[in-house]
Amino acid sequence: MSTKAKEILALAMIFAFSLIFYIGKVLGWEAVRFSTTVSLIVILLVALSLLWILILTIRGRLVERRIVFLYVGIAVALPLFMTLSQKITISPEVEAVYNTLEELPEGSKVLVSFDYDPPSAPELQPMAEAFLYYCFEHDLKVIMMGLWPQGPMQANLAIEKVLSDEKIKSKNLKYGEDYVNLGFQAGYEFVIQRMGSDFRSMFPTDYRGTPYEQIPLVKNVKNFSNIDYCFNLSSGFPGTREWVQIAVDRYGVTLGAGNTAVQAPQMYPFMRAGQLVGLLGGMVGAAEFEFLTKWIGKGTKFMISQSFAHVIVIAFIIIGNVAFFRSKRKTGLKR
Amino acid sequence: MEHFALWLGGFLTLGIFSFLYKDNPWYKLTEAIYVGISAGYFVVVYFWDNFYSKFWIGVFPHKRLNEAGELIAGVEPDYWLIVGGVLGLLMLMRLLPKVGWISRWPLAFIVGATAGLWLINYFASFVMVQIQNTVTPLFGADYSASLFVIVGNIVVAVGTFTGLIYFFFSKEHRGAFGGAARVGIFFLMITFGASFGYTVMSRMSLLIGRIDFLFGDWLGMIK
Amino acid sequence: MFVIQYFIPHFPFNRMSHWFSDWFAIILACAIVLGALNLMKISIQKVIKKKPGWGYAVVIIVSFLLITVIGLSEGEGFREPGTWFDWLYVYVYTPCSSTMFAILGFFVASASYRAFRARNFEATLLLLAAFFVMIGRVPVGDIISGFMPEGARLSNLASWIMTFPQTAGQRAIMIGIALGIVSTSLRVILGIERAHLAGE
Repeated sequence: MSTKAKEILALAMIFAFSLIFYIGKVLGWEAVRFSTTVSLIVILLVALSLLWILILTIRGRLVERRIVFLYVGIAVALPLFMTLSQKITISPEVEAVYNTLEELPEGSKVLVSFDYDPPSAPELQPMAEAFLYYCFEHDLKVIMMGLWPQGPMQANLAIEKVLSDEKIKSKNLKYGEDYVNLGFQAGYEFVIQRMGSDFRSMFPTDYRGTPYEQIPLVKNVKNFSNIDYCFNLSSGFPGTREWVQIAVDRYGVTLGAGNTAVQAPQMYPFMRAGQLVGLLGGMVGAAEFEFLTKWIGKGTKFMISQSFAHVIVIAFIIIGNVAFFRSKRKTGLKR
Repeated sequence: MEHFALWLGGFLTLGIFSFLYKDNPWYKLTEAIYVGISAGYFVVVYFWDNFYSKFWIGVFPHKRLNEAGELIAGVEPDYWLIVGGVLGLLMLMRLLPKVGWISRWPLAFIVGATAGLWLINYFASFVMVQIQNTVTPLFGADYSASLFVIVGNIVVAVGTFTGLIYFFFSKEHRGAFGGAARVGIFFLMITFGASFGYTVMSRMSLLIGRIDFLFGDWLGMIK
Repeated sequence: MFVIQYFIPHFPFNRMSHWFSDWFAIILACAIVLGALNLMKISIQKVIKKKPGWGYAVVIIVSFLLITVIGLSEGEGFREPGTWFDWLYVYVYTPCSSTMFAILGFFVASASYRAFRARNFEATLLLLAAFFVMIGRVPVGDIISGFMPEGARLSNLASWIMTFPQTAGQRAIMIGIALGIVSTSLRVILGIERAHLAGE
């Protein structure tokens, strides 16, 4: 069979697979779940195949990159079907965010800045949902905004999800009184700078077009001095650094942050210096925060896939290095 | 409509993943859609959120009434925004080769404004506060800190200073200075290793999100 | 102006810094439009001259016009759930942008397998730090080190690495970058640095 024919066959199989399961979903098929035994057998099979790759690599045959891609895909996809549970250990940085929130009295105004876009949503959206859930559960007033254009839309998605929870639904929260979305404003750190003196000048209307002074929750909020706590969800520039530089160091705001895992290591100096009060780093941070706030979302659900993916990457690094040291020894012996 | 939307999402997602096999027309098509949609998205958002709500409403404000039906004070037009509008228009001159040089004016404004803001902010937050926090009592007030905290303080102080010594290239890294720079490299390697670990975590999280969409939202195999 | 308003935060400098930040926001909006129009110019030229891949340029133009016309015609509430713009955001923009970044997960693993080698002491240190952080930050780390006493497990080790040596290195990098930014900003303000004004 020619390569082109094989490719067309593969595409046809993918389409057929998708169609079958999509029709099954519409007809109400049950979700696919591996029992604990099957999950363990799958893990054993993957481990044995990794051992085989180690043997191949030691023999001098580096596996093709598409095989590595396949293993990564398996490591990420299969755990989503497994029924295994893991204990989540809470890190001090995440606990610090939670403890600061616990100290806020009812009715406190919390400013949440959504500074991320859809690519970062798997890490930051669970944090946003857990945070909003906590705020609504404890009657904290939430003012949302964004320094990224997609931020306010991500905020709407998070609000929609949290408000559909039965416990929160029963509170009958009102837009404009219990929470508000001020929308996006371009200008990077200049926006934060202006908010230090006057929120309204940067957000003359909310994202729906309602004038600032007609929104009950914010009409008496002039600047940061009227805000009790700030929480920033960030995946790049502008983000937590800019909030620390201006809102914290210039205007004395209490700031907590949720960052993507790429950015999180850079925030540790701010935490140590007291500029940042707590940090949720990556999906792990989201899972830990969900555990503390008792909002079980995607962060917790995806932890097992995260664990597997890390183990696979570490396994491939070890396999690569074993082969490297063996070839180094062979070269040394030859001399 | 929801069915079409989910299949469209699946088609676009798998189109981009097909690049893992090799570059192909499916991937190129999806990439072209992404580029066009992204550009249009940003234009629309910046138009409504910046140009319209800041410039247009600022220069031609609507009459706004409060709950009692009284005209709210401070709805005077702000004609200074016209300067910003003019600078913005000058920026668009870049598209015309003959007058493209005019766009250097708003560009100079942007660069200058950013330089002015960053000069103070970066120095205050990234240098002064960080150094202040590094130069603190290693053993706590009256030797009250625990062993764990003392070791940590020493590690941070030594690591910060030796890391900074490594970045000082005006003096040759020899002798005691070179030794300190070498220690600095060790700390930097640990930093880069930790950053790599977190980067892997981040990339895998994003991948998990997409796989969840494919098998969960689209095919309903995961709940 | 932005330097002076730190020292004299009163009229007229505070007003001027407000004007400048408003102008900044408006210029940014126009800069985005410039970028988009430039993309359209290049795509249209590609279609007219029938360069290789001109079909994809048509797709770019059509996609751009579709979302722009829809977004501009829907008014201020263009972002509300239920609008066509929101539909395009959720079902076209989000899958594409998310997957573009998600695909990096595969490449990170492949690159680590092929290139991440403990060739010397420094590389070994980097590798070990990455290893302990990767395994310690996920629950499986504590499962592996479950036999160790509480407080001495892989998660605690990962936490220690992040809080102390990693912080020290990040702080050194941060201070170095900040000093570089301060010197470059001074050069821009004093007119010594003019690279951003070169060319058209």
